[in-house]
Amino acid sequence: MNFAQWNGFNGETWQKEINVRAFIQDNYTPYTGDERFLAGPTERTRQLWNRVLELVKQEREQGGVLDIDTETVSTITAHRPGYLHQEMERIVGLQTDGPLKRAIMPFGGIRMVRQSCEAYGRTLDPKVEEIFTSYRKTHNQGVMDVYTPEMRQARRHGLITGLPDAYGRGRIIGDYRRVPLYGVDGLIAVKKAELEMTCAAGMNDETIRLREELHEQILALKELVTMAEGYGFDLRRPAADSQEAIQWLYFAYLAAVKEQNGAAMSIGRISTFLDIYIERDLQRGLRTEAEIQELMDDFIIKLRLVRFLRTPEYNDLFSGDPTWVTESIGGMGVDGRTLVTKNSFRILHSLTNLGPAPEPNLTVLWSTRLPKAFKEYCTRLSIATSSIQYENDDLMRPYWGDDYGIACCVSAMRIGKQMQFFGARVNMAKALLYAINGGKDENSGDQVAPAFAPITADILEYSEVMERFEGLLDWLARLYMDTLNIIHYMHDKYAYERVAMALHDRDIFRTMACGMAGLSVVADSLSAIKHAKVRVIRDEKGLAVDYVVEGEYPAFGNDDQRVDEIANHIVKRFMNKLRRCQSYRNSVPTMSILTITSNVVYGKKTGSTPDGRKAGVPFAPGANPMYGRDRKGAIASMNSVAQLPYEHSQDGISYTFSIVPQALGSTPVDQVNNLSGLLDGYFQQGGHHINVNVLERETLMDAMDHPEKYPQLTIRVSGYAVNFIKLTREQQMDVIRRTFHERA
Amino acid sequence: MRTDASLSHSASPSPLSSPLHKPASNVIGYIHSVETCGTVDGPGIRYVLFLSGCPLRCLYCHNCDTWDRQAGEPKTVEDVMADIERYKNYFHFSGGGVTLSGGEPTVQTPFVKALFHQCRIEGIHTCLDTSGYCEIEKAEQFLPETDLVLLDIKHMDPRQHRRLTGVDNDKILAFAKYLSQQHTPVWIRHVIVPGYTDDTQSITELCAFLASLQNINRLTFLPYHTMGSVKRAELGISDPLVGVKPPEPTVMEAARAIATQFGLPVD
Repeated sequence: MNFAQWNGFNGETWQKEINVRAFIQDNYTPYTGDERFLAGPTERTRQLWNRVLELVKQEREQGGVLDIDTETVSTITAHRPGYLHQEMERIVGLQTDGPLKRAIMPFGGIRMVRQSCEAYGRTLDPKVEEIFTSYRKTHNQGVMDVYTPEMRQARRHGLITGLPDAYGRGRIIGDYRRVPLYGVDGLIAVKKAELEMTCAAGMNDETIRLREELHEQILALKELVTMAEGYGFDLRRPAADSQEAIQWLYFAYLAAVKEQNGAAMSIGRISTFLDIYIERDLQRGLRTEAEIQELMDDFIIKLRLVRFLRTPEYNDLFSGDPTWVTESIGGMGVDGRTLVTKNSFRILHSLTNLGPAPEPNLTVLWSTRLPKAFKEYCTRLSIATSSIQYENDDLMRPYWGDDYGIACCVSAMRIGKQMQFFGARVNMAKALLYAINGGKDENSGDQVAPAFAPITADILEYSEVMERFEGLLDWLARLYMDTLNIIHYMHDKYAYERVAMALHDRDIFRTMACGMAGLSVVADSLSAIKHAKVRVIRDEKGLAVDYVVEGEYPAFGNDDQRVDEIANHIVKRFMNKLRRCQSYRNSVPTMSILTITSNVVYGKKTGSTPDGRKAGVPFAPGANPMYGRDRKGAIASMNSVAQLPYEHSQDGISYTFSIVPQALGSTPVDQVNNLSGLLDGYFQQGGHHINVNVLERETLMDAMDHPEKYPQLTIRVSGYAVNFIKLTREQQMDVIRRTFHERA
Repeated sequence: MRTDASLSHSASPSPLSSPLHKPASNVIGYIHSVETCGTVDGPGIRYVLFLSGCPLRCLYCHNCDTWDRQAGEPKTVEDVMADIERYKNYFHFSGGGVTLSGGEPTVQTPFVKALFHQCRIEGIHTCLDTSGYCEIEKAEQFLPETDLVLLDIKHMDPRQHRRLTGVDNDKILAFAKYLSQQHTPVWIRHVIVPGYTDDTQSITELCAFLASLQNINRLTFLPYHTMGSVKRAELGISDPLVGVKPPEPTVMEAARAIATQFGLPVD
């Protein structure tokens, strides 16, 4: 391949084969300076953004959904071009023909689409319903056809929860950068060669499926070209300048979010890639800094407009209408150069130019070796906006190299070379209660797990509980993995991500991303059983329904080995049990400790636990210690989380940290220095992820009562950011109750 | 009541001690609580150890539960050091370290000395947060191991000082002068309490005294806050400042203006 659009770029490897990483390494310009080069918003940007704010306000006033196209089944090409304001926009393209108008995507499941339409006062076109009921099977239907009774039970009781069996699984990141770099024709040529290479393979299940998938990928790429033509662009060739590079890349992403309502539709690691085009334009004198920032701001506006149609029940689990357009920023290269460029600053600067927002999910890949000026810029922005999450690049680079991105909240994957089968999570706290109750659910009394002898002693004995728990987890791991195998088999079959997978290599590394919720509840419960006395209260049927803790026990979150080791052990044990199971498409099992906002719902469904937590009380989010039990201050709490083994939780360990500004230091300079030191220290200690909220509790209280005053108030919750006023009241209260580190 | 001497179970440490030989590691301190993310008690992120026991009874004290040393948990220097070492990464990256606060930490001089000595061996910055109510002979013990002193001078006027804290200020002022002679870096913190310390004369006298010292690196005026009242109520201790409100921002501004006139490095 050779293209005129590549003039001025260095290197050869990436010209001979698809290799975006090599292109970046050969051409990017590391930036170690500060933010003073940045430009503010132009008048055009302000006007355009105000238009969005007005639309978002209408959306909120109408109960969360502005409009739905109830007739058009969304595909890459189904909707006519849509604009926010055609003359003003620098980067164009919407999911449907109008801003914030949601599309229907019934391939994942027709029932959820119908219910979503009804929940927002619309009616799904009966023709669409008929097609996806009588003629075209959906992913959801496929799964429900083959679930076993045991799986249904575990799912209904909330032992295995949040499963992507009725909607798109997401967490697949297309390498959207390939479209601007190679043009779609170049990509199709490579895909055709890949297809050709399967001809002599022997036509077994695997090869037949691969050939069908590659064929679908090629069709999707052609549709991408057609979609862009509608907007007047020729995506067949590579992008010629920075505006085209952003536009081409955005169209590729747009095709993916037209095709899939994936739980998380992350964009990858794009800012440093784009910086190469921007630097070339700046050197050629084609653009000013203000014009470049305008392009980036416009691009961000588009990413903030991504919407999916979902049911209110979905919102209970993953609140605030999230889309997880996660962008991974910064990090270090394996050669020791920083991957921070000027465009790393520009993408973050959108938080200042447009104000804070939950999307895109801005994720800084932190290394202790990041340039000091960049660290300070990030922490200053965190203090001002609470909109950034940080993940440990020094920890992940040895696993995933230097061109990985974060899908959703904490899931690292090599861009274009790796995908995951999203597996939501099991409720570990409930599993512990099942271990005590002989496999019966503590609320319904139903026998969910195979029956075994319940514990009958008045005082729980550690070794006895552990023995039952081990057995229960053996069963749970197998059931969980089998459930996920079914889901992903059917998803590949009925709701395959054609365009996102077209932007991957042919042979990819797949992980089966399992997860757990309630780790701190379990660790504290076992610690209480081991170090204090836990008396069981049983109902008339002999079911353990409550627990009385006598004496003190070391709680997770105080950097106390007596309990932290228990937490560590549980993670490792459960992961090893998952590793023993057979997983779909030979995927490698991994695990996350992440709840998103579902910690509230899981808590609601779980009875009293031996740590003294009462029935219905929310769990702590992600890997956080339980509220109010971390008594030695924020850093002891971080050390407890940091010692959890990433090796056995490679899909990520989420920690949410909330602090009042004064507790970070008495002056703004101190606050920036201390937050930066805190991140360095936490990551050096082995921590994987941290959400940083710097907020006054009073601000949140006021926002609950006066949402209209805080349209853009953003907070970080377990791996993503949300618009605070879009949370349910219950979740708002949960956030406020959560440990605010405020001693000062 | 125990005496300081009875708390120390080991002979005084040798100044020539090597990292391999850890003297005084079994000296016991009485500890009220730990804050691992201290950011306002010295530079950077600090491991703040609140020691029990205080001879002062400040009207606005918000840590009344640290007055009684017996209420603290006894721990050896060795145990405390083992915990502190878990936080070295944070000290390193933020320019932080260990702060001993209280209570009045100098009440437990042998512990302060032994702990700071071990911190120094480990390369950890040491900071003492004190009222300055401390004999010079005691100060001679721990000051060589102390990198920074946070000194809280409550009032320059002896009578007012007694009214505010229950004790005289002669020992405190002598301590402050001694720190200056020893060239020990000092950050001054001074609480502005309406009706007690917010008048121009009091602030001017304080600033004049501070300007006469050679070692004041930072001066911070802290507005009185009512958080202590809640704790007092919980402990069943009456609140003598009931009804006193935090000072107006203009009062704080005026205090800073006076300090600036004296050439003091005020926040």
